[in-house]
Amino acid sequence: MNRPPILVPHASGTNRDGEAAQAIELAGGDARIVHINELRNGSVRIGDHAAILLPGGFSYGDALGAGGRLALELKTWFADELGAFVDAGKPMLGICNGFQVLVKAGLLPGPASVRREVTLTENARGHFECRWVTLRVDVGVSSSWLAGAAGTVVRCPIAHGEGRVAVADRSVAQEMEDRGLVAFRYMHTGAAPISSPLEPAEGAYPANPNGSANDIAGLCNESGSVVGLMPHPEDHVVSWQRPSGPEEGSGLPIFAAFVEAAG
Amino acid sequence: MTLRIDVIASDDPDGAQVVDAAPVIGVEGLDACHVYRVYHLDGAIDHDEVRQLCAAVLVDPVVDRHTIDAVPTPLGRAVEVAPMPGVTDPAARELERAAAQLGFPPIRVSTARRYDLVGALSDTDVAVLTRRLLANDTIERSAEGELEPSFAGEAAVDARVETVVLTGLSDDELAALSRERVLSLDVNEMRVIQAHFEREGRAPNDAELETLAQTWSEHCVHKTFRARIELTHTAADGTVSVTEHDGLLPALREVTEELDPWWLRSAFVDDAGIIAFDDELDLAFKVETHNHPSALEPFGGANTGVGGVVRDILGVSARPIACTDVLCFGPSDLPDEQLPTGVLHPRRIRDGVVGGIGDYGNKLGLPTVNGAVIYHEGYVGNPLVYCGALGLLPHGSHPTDARVGDRVVSIGGRVGRDGIHGATFSSAGMDASTVDSVGSAVQIGDPITEKGCIEVVERARDAGLYTAITDCGAGGFSSAVGEMGEELGVRIDLAGVPLKYPGLQPWEIWLSEAQERIVMAVPPEKLAELEALCDAWDVELTDLGRFTGDRRLVVTHGELGVVDMPMEFLHDGLPRREMRGAWTDPAPREITAPGFDAGLLLTLLGHPDVASKEDIVRRYDHEVRGGTVVRPFVGPAADGPADAAVLKPLGTAHNDIAAVVSNGICPRVGVHDPWAMALLAMDEAVRNLVAVGGDPDRVAVLDNFCWGDPTKPDRLGSLVRAVQGCTDGARRYRMPFISGKDSLFNEFDGRAIPGTLLISAVGLVHDLHRAIDSAGMVPGDDLWLVGEGTPALGGSLVDAVLGLGATEVPRPLDDPLPRYRAVHAAIAAGLIRAAHDCSDGGIAVAVAEMAIAARCGVHVVVPRDGLGPLAAFANEGPGRLVLAAARQDRDAVAAALGVHARRIGEVMDDDRIVMRVSDASDDAEGLERASATIVEVTLAEAVAAFTGGDR
Repeated sequence: MNRPPILVPHASGTNRDGEAAQAIELAGGDARIVHINELRNGSVRIGDHAAILLPGGFSYGDALGAGGRLALELKTWFADELGAFVDAGKPMLGICNGFQVLVKAGLLPGPASVRREVTLTENARGHFECRWVTLRVDVGVSSSWLAGAAGTVVRCPIAHGEGRVAVADRSVAQEMEDRGLVAFRYMHTGAAPISSPLEPAEGAYPANPNGSANDIAGLCNESGSVVGLMPHPEDHVVSWQRPSGPEEGSGLPIFAAFVEAAG
Repeated sequence: MTLRIDVIASDDPDGAQVVDAAPVIGVEGLDACHVYRVYHLDGAIDHDEVRQLCAAVLVDPVVDRHTIDAVPTPLGRAVEVAPMPGVTDPAARELERAAAQLGFPPIRVSTARRYDLVGALSDTDVAVLTRRLLANDTIERSAEGELEPSFAGEAAVDARVETVVLTGLSDDELAALSRERVLSLDVNEMRVIQAHFEREGRAPNDAELETLAQTWSEHCVHKTFRARIELTHTAADGTVSVTEHDGLLPALREVTEELDPWWLRSAFVDDAGIIAFDDELDLAFKVETHNHPSALEPFGGANTGVGGVVRDILGVSARPIACTDVLCFGPSDLPDEQLPTGVLHPRRIRDGVVGGIGDYGNKLGLPTVNGAVIYHEGYVGNPLVYCGALGLLPHGSHPTDARVGDRVVSIGGRVGRDGIHGATFSSAGMDASTVDSVGSAVQIGDPITEKGCIEVVERARDAGLYTAITDCGAGGFSSAVGEMGEELGVRIDLAGVPLKYPGLQPWEIWLSEAQERIVMAVPPEKLAELEALCDAWDVELTDLGRFTGDRRLVVTHGELGVVDMPMEFLHDGLPRREMRGAWTDPAPREITAPGFDAGLLLTLLGHPDVASKEDIVRRYDHEVRGGTVVRPFVGPAADGPADAAVLKPLGTAHNDIAAVVSNGICPRVGVHDPWAMALLAMDEAVRNLVAVGGDPDRVAVLDNFCWGDPTKPDRLGSLVRAVQGCTDGARRYRMPFISGKDSLFNEFDGRAIPGTLLISAVGLVHDLHRAIDSAGMVPGDDLWLVGEGTPALGGSLVDAVLGLGATEVPRPLDDPLPRYRAVHAAIAAGLIRAAHDCSDGGIAVAVAEMAIAARCGVHVVVPRDGLGPLAAFANEGPGRLVLAAARQDRDAVAAALGVHARRIGEVMDDDRIVMRVSDASDDAEGLERASATIVEVTLAEAVAAFTGGDR
């Protein structure tokens, strides 16, 4: 069976690389955790991989804002290689800190050449928070490798302090909606089985845990190859990881779609 | 040139939090608060480069505004706060690195926060806000207006040592010297040192004296726990018995050696205890305390507490996989006028401690999965911060055999003047002047550097690159190297140690407790490979010296001699203490107990010790590493409290075994009977563990004693009684102690904390699919009660809430294992859907919490067991659990639990919690002949009381 090689870069402070690799492996991919230093010294090449998963954590301690320093490294050291990767339409997935990095590097929602109008900033409640949420692959996500999974509902935890999607003004959010760049949306949770119709959180805490504009939990770029989200589907890929409740909402379909797009 | 950049976010939760908190500390006039991040840059960087730097990392174009070299005009009154020189400042460091990455000339960065306080504020208001909310003068400077930047770095100085003449000093003079130098050594110990150096025919120098003080500190060598103690125990009836105790620590070890189960891998010898996980892997567990630092700088104290205990796990070559924390604070609503001078308000301590724990554990990527929070007046001056960590290592992979010729290598953080005197400071009481004298003992952690150490140690272990390893904790190099080289002797040169800033004297380098450092013994031929590994993971390595074989501790700074002492004197020269303790059991007291009703149930559910801890625990990541099976919150609304945490470690998918971690702590009991407190805490730990599916025959425990000044007989007497409880308990429960820690001198102005014993338990769930929680029940299920009640309300929550003054505490169980084995067998057989232990608030609270967790109604008939109406509902007798099981399994459950359980009610398909009592002992008859309803509340009322109505 073809197991596409998937790069999982590790920078100082990355910490959800292990379970991200586990999710990739369960979905049929060949996860390779590689320290950023190995990419920099050329012993491992970005281009030799079929996909990239930027995992969660606190790269460089998030000391200058979440993901900012690693985004700067990507832009200064790997701009050409990453540009080629995106141009080739190879899939990239950023989770939590990886999503923050992609946004701050201008890769999401992109393109990187224009002034950034979307960011991830401090949660509305002003502190780190960990809780399970319900999200749905947005039905409007048309061009992405996620399109086949549109409507899929995932239950998984968030664990972040800077996960609020903020936009320069409301028209930016509307434009992202119109262009199908909203990849994941926070939905109302509760005890209801996810087979029943779910409603968007409409900003209500804790269904929308951080105050994100338009309940946006994740974004993709125009071509759909680059996807990022704040919640952690990699922490719900086997059944016992789920809190007691309905037997639903595995994150595995997300990784299956990702690996399939890479293969 | 030097310039400053001010950055502010357009919508700013930090400012809103200051506004929200101001009225709580008595400042009413604050209308708004705008928080700026301030960066001072010093170096040959030009304006265009500064603009690039802002665009690249400092200023978010979507939410931030900024000014360069134009201090924003304050709308109100501006206060600036900056870390003191030498305090860890990751933002400054990362900005310096970002500039280098962009190819700019080297810069030095100093950061600050600027608060623009808008409103009708008096000078006093501004001062109060600054002192109580914005800055902590232990680690920060603050001023109204603009604060001049202070760039890290001092002039390099010539290394020197100072000779301290001891010859001819009287006892009084020796005591004074010990006090002035914060040595925390008593006169007897000072005399031994005086005699040693007289024999050597020379005076010690500062570094030698400090090394001895650290190595001989209560913190490092546990003088009290090794002392010979005479205990005078006066029973309640006046009978006096005097017993001799040949060491508390040996007594704890003796039981472990006596029990010696096959799955015990290592106890009391290293930084952490180790038990078997499966055929190939072991679990390492350790709980530390960081009380004194957390009292002065709550964030930093708790932050470095987590860092320290995680390094203990690295010190046994294990990969850390989870954290725990148990916290004891003064009441959050303590009136200001009751706050002693020099003490931070309990609320501020709590917020800082919680922030510090979350910051470190979250950034290390470790789930914080188990803990407790207790509020009591006795902790106002001395909060308790217990930080625990669990680790995983391949069986037999922890080397402990340094050899002559091996290099002494340090990896991790750089050395600064931070944390000097931590070990000696925590070995003395505190008062209002403590901050001034030992401010440098407190520091802020740097979890990202420690994360690098975790990655390197795991790989170095697997590659066999070291022959011994230990963490660098209290006492810094002096303790770590001194201990590691005890058998062989070492020779160290401090001249090559990388410093955070120049200007440190050799003794400061040697003693610094700068965090995030690990010391290893590395064979010379492996050094290059370890260096390459460290380079790959951005971890700094320092080759300090070598193991010599001459059994001497020799430290130099270049050519300058710093320390030259025989290891034997350092480690065996400390005279053993002779101490006296006294304990008097309280006289039993008749109490007048009221009845129990719905209002009292809601009061208990809303008591801070019982009520939901979501506002604290959700700030910790309890999901990272993807192995959390039973998490802190359970049930459909994810707000039911879990009894214990179940974890399936990443990388162990080859079987279904999971680890379980729980704790027991009951300081209110200890006030009356410290012996019973130990047994009841052990019971709480094991029943929590059994409640989620843990095997009671595979439990190991840790002790953590936090007590007052042990030189006072009443404190020591209580401590000895608690240790006796531990050894008796270990035998009754057949649970070995595998590690422990004592933190003594928890006194403020001569007032001691309630002697507080934390029992932390680690065990196994043999099949993670059989792990259960307190919420898994459904309408129609039977409810069962394990265990009988007790009339003794001493030390109970209801006694504290109603101020009954009961002194008689619940009698510990003589033979607890049969009931726990029966419950475990029923859970392991899949017969039990939900379980919850009866602890604070007794069965009434336990049943209500299950109803809240499951969002189901419950209808129970509580067996009276001959008790009064209050005790029947709220006694906290040991060995009690409420279980839920399917009705069709009723006979099987009855057979499995036998005499240990009675059926007490049913889970309902409604929203009511209904409780009655019955005198009848038989299940069926009891349910028939119950009293009229005594408690009836709706789920909504219970949830509101439990969560404070604030979700």
